[in-house]
Amino acid sequence: MRLMKFATASALAMIVATGAMAKSDITLAMQLEPPHLDPTSAAAGAIDSVLYSNVFEGLTRFASDGSIIPGLAQSWVISDDGLTYTFKLAEGVTFHDGTTMDAEDVKFSLDRARAEDSANAQKALFASIADVEAVDASTVKITLSAPNGSLLFNLAWGDAVIVAPESIENIKQAPVGTGAFKFANWVQGDNITLEKNADYWGTPAKLDKVTFKFISDPTAAFAAVMAEDVDVFAGYPAPENVPQFEADPRFQVIVGNTEGETILSTNNKMPPFDNVKVREAMAHAIDRQAIIDGAMFGLGTPIGTHFAPHNPDYVDLTADSAYDPEKAKALLAEAGFAEGFTTTLKLPPPSYARRGGEIIAAQLREVGIQTEITNLEWAQWLEEVFKGKDYGLTIVSHTEPMDIGIYARPDYYFQYDDADFQAMNTALEAEADPAKRSALLEQMQRKISGDYVNGYLFQLAIPTIAKAGVQGLWENAPTQANDMTAVSWAE
Amino acid sequence: MLRFVAKRLISLIISLVVASIVIFLFVEVVPGDPAAYMLGLNAQEDTLAALREQLGLNGTLLERYASWVGGMLRGDFGTSYTYRTPVSEMIGERMWISLPLAIYALTLSTLIAFPAGIWAASKRGSLADILVMGFTQLGVAIPNFWFAMLMVLVFAINLRWFSAGGFAGWDAGFGPAMKSLTLPAIALALPQASILARVMRSSLLDTLGEDYIRTARAKGLSRRQALWRHALRNALIPVLTIIGLQFSFLMAGAIIIENVFFLPGLGRLVFQSIAARDLIVVESVVMLLVFAVIVVNFLVDVAYAVVDPRLRVRA
Amino acid sequence: MNRSLIIGAALSAVFVIAALVSFVWTPYDVLGLDIPNKLKEPSAAHWLGTDHFGRDIFSMIMVGARTSIAVAVVAVGIGMLLGVPLGLAAAARTGTLLDEVIMRGNDLVFAFPSLLIAIMITAVFGASALNAIIAIGIFNIPVFARLVRGAALSLWTRDYVLAARVSGKGVARISFEHILPNVTNLLIVQGTIQFSLGILAEAGLSYVGLGAQPPTPSWGRMLAESQTMFSFKPHLAIFPGLAILLTVLGLNLLGDGLRDWLDPRLRRAKR
Repeated sequence: MRLMKFATASALAMIVATGAMAKSDITLAMQLEPPHLDPTSAAAGAIDSVLYSNVFEGLTRFASDGSIIPGLAQSWVISDDGLTYTFKLAEGVTFHDGTTMDAEDVKFSLDRARAEDSANAQKALFASIADVEAVDASTVKITLSAPNGSLLFNLAWGDAVIVAPESIENIKQAPVGTGAFKFANWVQGDNITLEKNADYWGTPAKLDKVTFKFISDPTAAFAAVMAEDVDVFAGYPAPENVPQFEADPRFQVIVGNTEGETILSTNNKMPPFDNVKVREAMAHAIDRQAIIDGAMFGLGTPIGTHFAPHNPDYVDLTADSAYDPEKAKALLAEAGFAEGFTTTLKLPPPSYARRGGEIIAAQLREVGIQTEITNLEWAQWLEEVFKGKDYGLTIVSHTEPMDIGIYARPDYYFQYDDADFQAMNTALEAEADPAKRSALLEQMQRKISGDYVNGYLFQLAIPTIAKAGVQGLWENAPTQANDMTAVSWAE
Repeated sequence: MLRFVAKRLISLIISLVVASIVIFLFVEVVPGDPAAYMLGLNAQEDTLAALREQLGLNGTLLERYASWVGGMLRGDFGTSYTYRTPVSEMIGERMWISLPLAIYALTLSTLIAFPAGIWAASKRGSLADILVMGFTQLGVAIPNFWFAMLMVLVFAINLRWFSAGGFAGWDAGFGPAMKSLTLPAIALALPQASILARVMRSSLLDTLGEDYIRTARAKGLSRRQALWRHALRNALIPVLTIIGLQFSFLMAGAIIIENVFFLPGLGRLVFQSIAARDLIVVESVVMLLVFAVIVVNFLVDVAYAVVDPRLRVRA
Repeated sequence: MNRSLIIGAALSAVFVIAALVSFVWTPYDVLGLDIPNKLKEPSAAHWLGTDHFGRDIFSMIMVGARTSIAVAVVAVGIGMLLGVPLGLAAAARTGTLLDEVIMRGNDLVFAFPSLLIAIMITAVFGASALNAIIAIGIFNIPVFARLVRGAALSLWTRDYVLAARVSGKGVARISFEHILPNVTNLLIVQGTIQFSLGILAEAGLSYVGLGAQPPTPSWGRMLAESQTMFSFKPHLAIFPGLAILLTVLGLNLLGDGLRDWLDPRLRRAKR
């Protein structure tokens, strides 16, 4: 008799417990699936979107407002000449396979990233590091070859996370990091599950399980959200549905900003784009607001230069390229193209490019510039446009934070080669003083706007659709990540 | 009979070899670079070269063809570039969606077409016949992906009887899994059923006009008895051929339908791998689909010859 | 003249005329975007409504007719231009290696799921109307080759053909002077059928993004672009789909009608 009561009681308890526990799991959908799970050997942002801050951590990391906060390094000391950084690591940190995390692992990770044969897609981030030394188990000393004001910022990137030699073999399929979540399973083409790390060194995560689902098709995304198959859709791909979701009490819509400057990249070495008057003409032919309304259904902020408007150092230069088709035609005539000309417009898959491209083509046609649109998949785009530089115009969003430095690379795909700008960038890299940095950044923004290097369209917004009860999601995307460590369900 | 089968078998093997060469040459022309795609926007040239070496993209054409075919014969379809898992595993998983879908669609199509065709033939010229002919005319003309979209609008979004797509998964149970395949199967089956019904009807009408039927009627069989006992069996022959051909259409149609309903089947896999420049997956899946069609055609030919001895004698 | 022929011809004519008229006039310019007017329902100003860029759907359908018809017609042309001579040659030299090779070649092309190969061709060589034409055209070749071969084989046994051979006429001359005129009716009927299949194939390819590229309007692409919005703006998907349906239906009816009309003529051989 007692046994029966006990059995019933425990059964009930389990049912109640399961009921309470069900709300500690979450399913988050995103568009792109990672090709593999090693953030230190690929630039596919999707890898970071799943693993950054969840499974892997670096010495420093991004907070939700974009600031750099301590990660595995609890504190640091910078020498006066700016060449030596001494980091104090957190104590009692273990990797998910049980091995301890210490200075040797940091040395291993950084040396691996900056090695000759490294497959790290952001090797340039580590270029100024001359030596990494494990002073003792919890102290790391990094010596630079030249002062670099962005070192702490660079170390927060997903490409700089700390990995372990013991688990490096299989990192692409079975990632082992130090984060609040452990990698559990990957069903190729469908989902990746993470589970709570009970031995996490810092504040434990609130959720027990996170399932990342990959849905690239906008129609599928719509169906999945409406059917309540997913709890969150981070980076929802069809902005035309946002009003519907806003009106639906089941959902909350969070629109944040990203570091994605969406630009009309122009091949500066290909005639007639080598003529600054032609580039200026194009800038005046473009109506940014029409593009934002037509392609993004109103989501996005216009930009006048290659810098994020939410950044305090941003300078609003949109007036330099205001919509003025008459002026555009006049400038073209001055440059000797009164009859206009024809060029290629190659577009990668995202809808901001495809839709934005059609709109820009129509606007350019108004001033006499004919464009041949070619829709490319990412592989072809990388081959033809990015590597081969075989294009006239293209549209792409550069999502890496603080990447104005790309304009200092003469062989970068838009082929802008200006000694003045390069000098400014070198000065910026060496400069650590915030006031001087701000001044330099302003100068640099004005330069690339005045030279009309590219058509600066808008800053990409990121709409996230979530069920009403989800809390703690990041609004903005200062880096590609879906930090789930502070996410939970409201009671 | 044996000579016939042997001849067709040789024909089959030649077809397979030629098909494999065509597919291989095709895919090698693909103008994208998998390494560049994987490494992304800011990758450096040296890391690209390193990855290209890792993925084995550096052998000669002949070497790569030989190793591909050799592998397939052993059941090894290679390893996917993008997912680093064996292609045979990926095919295996997707097969559990594409195959049931094809069978479901084929069954639906036959279940609708046979009665409709027989009914129309037996009531030739009547209202029933006109109705069937009318519906089949529509069924043949309607683009199946548009029909799918309309079904989604009515049954999924408005009535909420079905989900708008996606596959529930076999672990969710037979019922839910089949439910998620229902709208896609209907979309696939409709044009096929229409064609099949028309062929059934005309084939039956032809046989009903034959001499031996008149003899049977003269011997005292009713119209219905004549129909069922004699005409139908003979009318089935061309219908069987069509069913075999339908397999080819079903696979082609399934590629688009899988996209409309975002079902993770073989058709979608082809699309995704083409976009990802995953050469090995594209080659192997296309080869598999073509292999299936060629084999089914072969089986239909043999079945056809078994049923109709006249066909075994070839000029 | 029968009902099928008349209805079919009328229906097809509507779209052919729309396509031709689109060269000189459409209610609105399909290349002009009018974003403030996007996603409007059908009204007096826009008979079929506007799409997500504010373009007039009626005009897009007219120009889309141009795309679909052009692709389908040229694809049939390719099929006939290459398929008919192959079929004639195979029948003329039946039993020889040439016949065998042509037959096997036909079987091989038939073995490939046509849409799959069309997808591969356009994905590999780039998406464009031209590549869609080639991809669809390739599949028309064996259809016509097989049709012509079959018909020609029986014609070769006719008396007047045998007489021509005896009189020393070459195989090629006989094929073109005697055989070909008698298969013309078959070609007309089959051509109409392949035309309608071509329209469906073009729509399918455009739907998955592998047909005519923006800004050229195309029915299939209009359907694809409407997918995230047609749940609250159904007109975006209904009209392009209806256009495809009616054109194909018209051509099918025309083909059936032609077959019935020309049938008795098939029996009468021309000298």
